[in-house]
Amino acid sequence: MKELLILGAGTSGTMMANHLRHALSKKEWNITIIDQEKTHYYQPGFLFLPFDLYKTKQVKKSIDKFIPKGVKLISERIDRIDKDNDVVLLQNKATVSYDILIIATGTNIAPQEIDGMLGEQWHKSIFDFYTYDGAKNLRNKLRTWKGGKLLVHICEMPIKCPVAPLEFAFLADSFFINKGMRDKVDISFVTPMSGAFTKPKATEELSYLLKQKNIEVIPDFNIESVDAENKKIVDYAGEEVEYDLLVTVPTNMGDSMVERSGFGDELNYVPTDKATLQTKIKENIFAIGDATNIPASKAGSVAHFEAEILTENIKRFIEGKPLKKEFDGHANCFIETGHGKALLIDFNYTQEPVKGTFPFPGVGPLSLLKETHMNHMGKLAFRWIYWNMLIKGKHIPFVSATMSNAGKELEETTN
Amino acid sequence: MEKTYAGKTVNISEQGYLTNLDQWDKNIGLEIAKEEDVQMTDRHWEVIEYLQDQYRKEVPLSIRKVGKSGVVSIKEFYQLFPKGPLKISSRISGIPKPVSCI
Repeated sequence: MKELLILGAGTSGTMMANHLRHALSKKEWNITIIDQEKTHYYQPGFLFLPFDLYKTKQVKKSIDKFIPKGVKLISERIDRIDKDNDVVLLQNKATVSYDILIIATGTNIAPQEIDGMLGEQWHKSIFDFYTYDGAKNLRNKLRTWKGGKLLVHICEMPIKCPVAPLEFAFLADSFFINKGMRDKVDISFVTPMSGAFTKPKATEELSYLLKQKNIEVIPDFNIESVDAENKKIVDYAGEEVEYDLLVTVPTNMGDSMVERSGFGDELNYVPTDKATLQTKIKENIFAIGDATNIPASKAGSVAHFEAEILTENIKRFIEGKPLKKEFDGHANCFIETGHGKALLIDFNYTQEPVKGTFPFPGVGPLSLLKETHMNHMGKLAFRWIYWNMLIKGKHIPFVSATMSNAGKELEETTN
Repeated sequence: MEKTYAGKTVNISEQGYLTNLDQWDKNIGLEIAKEEDVQMTDRHWEVIEYLQDQYRKEVPLSIRKVGKSGVVSIKEFYQLFPKGPLKISSRISGIPKPVSCI
């Protein structure tokens, strides 16, 4: 018997376990997946949790529920990969050997990277919402918050789900209007980028949203430290911004296991070929999702499209055939804009988000780069799709792994 | 869009960034630096070379990443290219403007 080993049972790892159990012969291949966690979180739901739009039970389920029959789950912390001996060492000193390895250990927040962020005020006046605890603690804070200066802040790129901070600012506007206290809250969006929108078409089509929702944008702000005592953030140029409530997206980093294994870049991301998803570490090691360093969005939809191509490439690798250089960076994301509306964007490595209809050209029912109620319904429906189709490795009808330009208004794009 | 720098016609984006690094040369970089009010020194060029090298390797760049590179500290990066160091140095380097997904 040969051994295929997957590290991480989050969105990417679970999808790969489901895909590969179908794709590989049970007589020839054992599949094992390792994860120390007991819970599988629906991470897109962390955006809704702080505003009491989702309940905690809607965003978490038992991790083993989604591991298919015929795949062995090991619940143990991973120490490191010994690539020279094709073996993974666990914290309990056990070893697991493999013929093929898939790294799907994801991305974590690293608030310790910013001076003064992790301290007494963490989850008191400084919150993240990219973790279950952060989103839940922020919900409890917002339930009783009396208002003041709210900063929605990004420390540095790349982050998983780059649009979530903007969605948070939009939903905060709705939330405080509905509570009858919008006049008591100032909302500012603080970003290291040149603006809230950075692509030409999105800037043109969507800048009105910030004005309409009275959200001030503070661009080019590269945070150096948090002065938690005096409630202000300071950037490298010496600029200071005061807050009463800081909702930040800390530096994102790959798992420390990657660092312990002796590879990975400054942020612990695994060097990976952006078209084949084979790592540059060794030919029998592949990587998927937000664990990789590929220049695509670190979002679940990207992982979903990658999974179809990686499954094909694992089969080809086993058969000794050349790998398909097919992954194009395809991402497809709903963006909540508040008040029951949402946008949809569809893009890849080279094509910026543009207007149009999706998935059926000229028909929709979803609209690209435009606020509609139908898009919002799509975002809500996605939770069901995630739990019932996406992580089980079922193909989502009419949406292909590589991006399609059908139905898109492309003639004026410059990118 | 097209623009002429140092006697060479190059393709640029609406925001004034070169769209093809192969069209870049040092004289073009110098003229863009003038537009940005940056007086180029050897230290500036070391940073430019690092950025171009990372871009060719398809490594996404951030201020912090440049700071961890060993080429320049973040403080010095700000001194060399005041206000928006990554934005300005990227433009002089002939590489695209740092962007998010929308």
